[in-house]
Amino acid sequence: MSKVVKVIVVFTLLTAFLSIKNNTFAQVDSVNSLPVDTAVAATHEAGAVVNHAEAHEEKEKGFDITSFIFHHISDSHFFTLFGHGEHGVTLHLPIILWTNNGLVTFSSSDFKFNDDGTQVVEKNGQRFAIAHNKIYYANATANEHGAFVSHEVKDGAEIVTNARPIDFSVTKNVFSMLLSVVLLVIVFTTVASSYKKRNGKAPKGLQSFLEPIIIFVRDDIARPNLGHKYAAFMPYLLSVFFFIWLNNILGLVPFFPGGANVTGNIALTIVLAGCTFLIITFKGNKYYWGHILNPPVPWWLKPLMIPVEIFGIFTKPIALAIRLFANITAGHILVMSLLCLIFIFNSLWIAPASIFFAVFIGLIEFLVAFIQAFIFTILSALFIGMAVEEHH
Amino acid sequence: MTGTLAAIGAGLAAIGAGLGIGKIGGSAMESIARQPEAASKIQTAMLIAAAFIEAVALFAVVVSLIAK
Repeated sequence: MSKVVKVIVVFTLLTAFLSIKNNTFAQVDSVNSLPVDTAVAATHEAGAVVNHAEAHEEKEKGFDITSFIFHHISDSHFFTLFGHGEHGVTLHLPIILWTNNGLVTFSSSDFKFNDDGTQVVEKNGQRFAIAHNKIYYANATANEHGAFVSHEVKDGAEIVTNARPIDFSVTKNVFSMLLSVVLLVIVFTTVASSYKKRNGKAPKGLQSFLEPIIIFVRDDIARPNLGHKYAAFMPYLLSVFFFIWLNNILGLVPFFPGGANVTGNIALTIVLAGCTFLIITFKGNKYYWGHILNPPVPWWLKPLMIPVEIFGIFTKPIALAIRLFANITAGHILVMSLLCLIFIFNSLWIAPASIFFAVFIGLIEFLVAFIQAFIFTILSALFIGMAVEEHH
Repeated sequence: MTGTLAAIGAGLAAIGAGLGIGKIGGSAMESIARQPEAASKIQTAMLIAAAFIEAVALFAVVVSLIAK
């Protein structure tokens, strides 16, 4: 208890110290700014210099780290190989839309790297505009900013109010995901066929690389949590484990085939957690459902326990989805922010430290890529195990 | 203003998660030192418990991101 009190006291003192320090800085700033103001008043030339410096400063502050990072972790219709915009090399991904007039397909190069709704693409008698990576039906005329979409400010955030077609496009994330699926299918069919061919012999090549990992999933994840019924769930657990692991690692690769934030996309993690949820729900036996709908507690606790248990059915997969999403997204944001430090301080001297920390966190993320795949799989196995466990 | 509050919230969540994971890591170390032969089992249990704590902290991070 005294330790906790100590921690609180130290923390409060630290906060107080920091706030005092901030105040003194603020005072120094105001003292400094005073002569500058008088200088501006005194000579026009000096004033111009100060104004220029201020404008310069504003331009540097124009580097918006938040939007930069969110642009990098969000999905996109373009896959930039290197460079930026029209000066770089970009893979233009197909746009597939289900509109009011049926299916419409065209290349994302038609949008000419536009992302603020000022470029209109006309296909099948319909007009489309792209804003913040979302495709909308374009307005007939442009607004004062030249955009063909209407904005509405809601709770301080600008929202586009135009109607949207249903978007089945192969985006950056979809492309990366399909790539990993193709890779996994090729690798595992090869390994499976070599197990058939070399039945009873020692593993060879790719087989000897994957065998320890598959055995790890079987002996450390499936067996301890699922008991003797583990074999039925091995295909699911192995698929999920290798899919998440490969996509985590591909997300850490900073150049072309990787770099998409697939497992840091909440939609994908919700689908994966949804698969676990479906298995739990449909494979759950009568003891599992009995525990939820008629828990073995005194009768007066039942009105409290039954709703809690029913909530528990849903919180488990939601926690699974958010854990994977937030871990991977946080990792990407961390690496990007460390690299952004160079541009925030606008100094070359910060670069070595920034890059050192970015590489260091990158290596930790390599470990996290494995740990998160492991955690997702072991928790899936644990929850399924709880649902299929026989009463004893 | 909400951005600052969100940052403070994320920081508080990090303190909580740090205390929790530190405690798990510390006791896992102690138990591995007592029983080195059970190291792999303890590690697995430690990772699962750490994941549960981390999830709570990450909920806070997600809320802070949304509240930005």
